[in-house]
Amino acid sequence: MDNPPSTSKSMTPDSQPPIIHKKDLSFLDRIYIPQIVNGLRITITQIFRPKFTRQYPEERWTPPPSFRGRPVLVEQNGVERCVACGLCARVCPALAIEVQGSETELLKERYPVKFEINMLRCIFCGFCEEACPEEAIVMSQEYELTFTSQDDAVFGKEKLLMSVEKLRDRLEFLRKNR
Amino acid sequence: MELLIPVIKISVVLGVLLGVVAYTVLVERRVAAAIQNRVGPNRVGWNGLLQPLADVIKLVMKEDIVPKQANRFIHDLAPMISMAIALITFAVIPFGDSITLFGQAIKLQIASVNIGILYILAMTSLGVYGITLSGWSSNSKYSLLGGLRSSAQMLSYELAMGLSVIGVVMIAGSLELDKIVQTQHGWMWNILLQPVGFVTFVVASFAETNRHPFDLPEAEPELVGGYHTEYSGLKFGLFFLAEYTNMVTSSAVITTLFLGGWQIPYIGLAGLPAFWVSILQVLAFCVKVYLLVLFFIIIRWTIPRFRYDQLMNLGWKVMLPLSVLNLLVTGLVILYL
Repeated sequence: MDNPPSTSKSMTPDSQPPIIHKKDLSFLDRIYIPQIVNGLRITITQIFRPKFTRQYPEERWTPPPSFRGRPVLVEQNGVERCVACGLCARVCPALAIEVQGSETELLKERYPVKFEINMLRCIFCGFCEEACPEEAIVMSQEYELTFTSQDDAVFGKEKLLMSVEKLRDRLEFLRKNR
Repeated sequence: MELLIPVIKISVVLGVLLGVVAYTVLVERRVAAAIQNRVGPNRVGWNGLLQPLADVIKLVMKEDIVPKQANRFIHDLAPMISMAIALITFAVIPFGDSITLFGQAIKLQIASVNIGILYILAMTSLGVYGITLSGWSSNSKYSLLGGLRSSAQMLSYELAMGLSVIGVVMIAGSLELDKIVQTQHGWMWNILLQPVGFVTFVVASFAETNRHPFDLPEAEPELVGGYHTEYSGLKFGLFFLAEYTNMVTSSAVITTLFLGGWQIPYIGLAGLPAFWVSILQVLAFCVKVYLLVLFFIIIRWTIPRFRYDQLMNLGWKVMLPLSVLNLLVTGLVILYL
């Protein structure tokens, strides 16, 4: 690394706290009690500051569109957009996706018979979303994933499908930023 | 009847003390959370008010683990010593003047010992046995280090504590805690007459109760859990409660010695009936004690822990000379004024 980290560049030598030796301390500093009173003032004022805690199960966080939640298949007019090209399975670094394609009478000609994502393997990198030529697999805003067994963690098509209306924010974000 | 009144007094005081101690654990957690801009435990019961109950149930249900090479007998004995000593000190604290109930004057103090202060000093120094024995009997290096630190720390602060009390004793002219409180009528509180003694006594109390910034015997980052590393279940719970009981008890001692005990300045001028005056005085005592407990808690989140050499320097080179000086000045003032 030839470049120093950006933080050290922004910090001028003046902003560093000065080194204080014990012999430099004044009498008031030495008896320590004014320092304690000062510290107490700080801690007591902190008590009345607003809290940062989110009361989780009641108050939930709505992620911004840039958030990469669990990957889902976009469902449009009752059918998934996916054409089972297999690029997502190919690009997946964790080998979490399994796709089996077949032919269909619809305009898109091909569809996935089986589309499975193993959510225990998924690392939420979003490569599948980037690789997809049809905008058919995107990262949703859902971040609450719980399973009781390893088999439950393999999400099939019925769990992965999500309507396009729900994913509007993410799709717009992708069009703007990709 | 002679036996009944002390029994009632003991059970009321014990019940109130244990209840207060249990809720002090909750208060500590809530205050700590507030200082760190968090909320703290607020799920069990209304605003977390049943949290102590849940904690106790959890501790009782846990398995009692004793290390293989540990000395079983002493390992069991140590938490009992800690808790018993912490509770026993409260026996001599006067929490109110005498009250007249059903035509009988009842002294609001469990045991009116004429050497109350000596009793308190003796009992608080016995408290170190619980910690040291637990450290030794656990057969673990962390526990042993915690126990040794504790005994060294208590030794060095006991002296300053005893010497700073002598100033109070000289002013009151008695070792009886009741007399000491009675001499602090009006605004003649010992905190105003003995400010240096107050500071040294409070610092020594912090060290005696192993509270921050002197909690070296259980310094988590260095000693895992300190002396109670090898304890679990109810025995750990006893140590935990003993720490908080010590905190409440030493707050009560500080209140009695320096903050006027149950005295409310000039309450006699208000012209209230004697019964209500007594009730108000008990309440005043409780409020003073609890404010000190809150002070103990807030200090924990204010000052970083001392290093071991700093602790020893403070104890022997600052606290001890300061309390001796305080003693000398008090003696001279009493002698020549």
